[in-house]
Amino acid sequence: MSEAFTTSTARNIFYGGTLFFLLVFLALTYQTEQVIPKRDKREMLSNPDVIAGKKLWETNNCIGCHTLLGEGAYFAPELGNVVKRLGSKEAVMGFIQSRPAEGVPGRRSMPQFNFTEQQLKEIAAFLEYVSEIDTAKWPPNIQG
Amino acid sequence: MQYKSQAVAKPYFIAAIALFVAQILFGLIMGLQYVWGDFLFPHIPFNVARMVHTNALIVWLLMGFMGAAYYLIPEEAETELHSPGLAIALFWIFLVAAGLTVVGYLTVPYATLASMTGNDLLPTMGREFLEQPLITKGGIVVVALAFLFNITMTVLKGRKTSIATVLLIGLWGLAIMFLFSFYNPHNVVRDKFYWWWVVHLWVEGVWELILGAILAFVLIKVTGVDREVIEKWLYVIVTLTLITGILGTGHHYYWIGTPESWQLIGSIFSALEPIPFFAMTLFAFNMVNRRRREHPNKAATLWALGTGVMAFLGAGVWGFLHTLAPVNYYTHGTQITAAHGHMAFYGAYVMANLTIISYAMPLMRGRAANSNKAQVAEMWAFWLMTIAIVFITLFLTAAGILQVWLQRVSDSPLPFMVAQDNVALFYWMREWSGVAFLVGLLVYVWSFFIPGEEKAAA
Repeated sequence: MSEAFTTSTARNIFYGGTLFFLLVFLALTYQTEQVIPKRDKREMLSNPDVIAGKKLWETNNCIGCHTLLGEGAYFAPELGNVVKRLGSKEAVMGFIQSRPAEGVPGRRSMPQFNFTEQQLKEIAAFLEYVSEIDTAKWPPNIQG
Repeated sequence: MQYKSQAVAKPYFIAAIALFVAQILFGLIMGLQYVWGDFLFPHIPFNVARMVHTNALIVWLLMGFMGAAYYLIPEEAETELHSPGLAIALFWIFLVAAGLTVVGYLTVPYATLASMTGNDLLPTMGREFLEQPLITKGGIVVVALAFLFNITMTVLKGRKTSIATVLLIGLWGLAIMFLFSFYNPHNVVRDKFYWWWVVHLWVEGVWELILGAILAFVLIKVTGVDREVIEKWLYVIVTLTLITGILGTGHHYYWIGTPESWQLIGSIFSALEPIPFFAMTLFAFNMVNRRRREHPNKAATLWALGTGVMAFLGAGVWGFLHTLAPVNYYTHGTQITAAHGHMAFYGAYVMANLTIISYAMPLMRGRAANSNKAQVAEMWAFWLMTIAIVFITLFLTAAGILQVWLQRVSDSPLPFMVAQDNVALFYWMREWSGVAFLVGLLVYVWSFFIPGEEKAAA
């Protein structure tokens, strides 16, 4: 690199450029926070089952096998649209409840978590909430 | 080794390599579970193996970064470390915390671990890569702050080079962004939005500063090129990193409920993210070509060049492959993502750590370089691991393309599990590539036990 372009010039561009794009990023974050109330179905959070369901989702590490809106592990199906795929919350609850404790020989199988009826209801309420989020028409089809 | 206190890096590097071995063993378990679904079920279900695999990776890379900082900061600052005793104490705290966390993952159900460790006070667990119990997260913060105090004090009392400055900004950024792991809103969209402030702004942001600083340090040492030239390159690379990478965060904001304007912003800026990696490749090769000395440590030079190439391929090319919103619409959350993740982490952060370890370990063991025999073994390990990761990536990419087609594009889309059965062949080939990787890693570990020459350190 040429002599005119010194290390201190490079350093100043680094600080200036970083600061500039950091401020743009923060401005876009502000704008995002203004827009998302129309997309994120936050009104559904007034149902305590949804909040409790999210906590169950987290404390059982569901993301360790599944994706949720495409993020997570790729070992088991997408769950952002599972309520729609299986047709109802009851179908989701039934599926979770029916997993064999010892698994299925040779095949992937979800562990049996021994959830109570109330816990199943909470998880299903959480997944229904996620299925209502406006995700710009993702996933491409119901298979997730 | 010019300063006695640099030696505190040694236990960090040894523990990093041990955790690396654990990471790969659990990776092989997971790879097998992809095709032999009930392997170790229900004792080690996939999600548990995955937590160990990814968390061991994160912890060993952090161990390596800390070791790298302890090694290179005294030499850059031209002064002894502020407190070598603190560095050793932090090492044991960090290692024991990581060990206990893994024991917790493996021995009690995750929900039990959560209630045992105070997750009810502040729920932070159960989010990808941030699965650590609250007390572990707290421990990470304490260790990180004490570590930063130690190296910042060292730099403040000594020479302030550009390499030290960039490294410090990277490490401070790492610690600050980690604080967002304590923020877990009920709103899933906001949860995901800020979760990326840890994950993306780490690996496609501040970690690249650490990587650049490590690479620059080793290149000065092995090539003898003027510091002035190398530091100018370093600033150019980290500038490119942050002006593309910060807004590049937008490529995670396409389909999670965030505004659709992110599709354009994310596509444009993340499409530019390969540029800093390409600059890094040019940098490494240029400096080695212009070398003013023949450093006896050929293996370290090989790792440095390898970092440049593999980081560009894994993070740059494989990232670009699925970063544009119209492409990502089909590839989001498939094996394509996994393919990219594997080569990017190996090429950028694993190889950067192995570069500094390769350079510094012989010096800490009292020799300028290892014996020829040990270096040959290390270079075999380089090629075995690197070729294996290329094949892992290619097979996962093949699986991913088929998955996208079968599950998302074809006229009659198949359910997830049916599509998985259809691509099982590629998962088998990935697993065998993983076995080759393990062989490479074992050769690597063995190379440390091959006697070195009795040559005094330069």
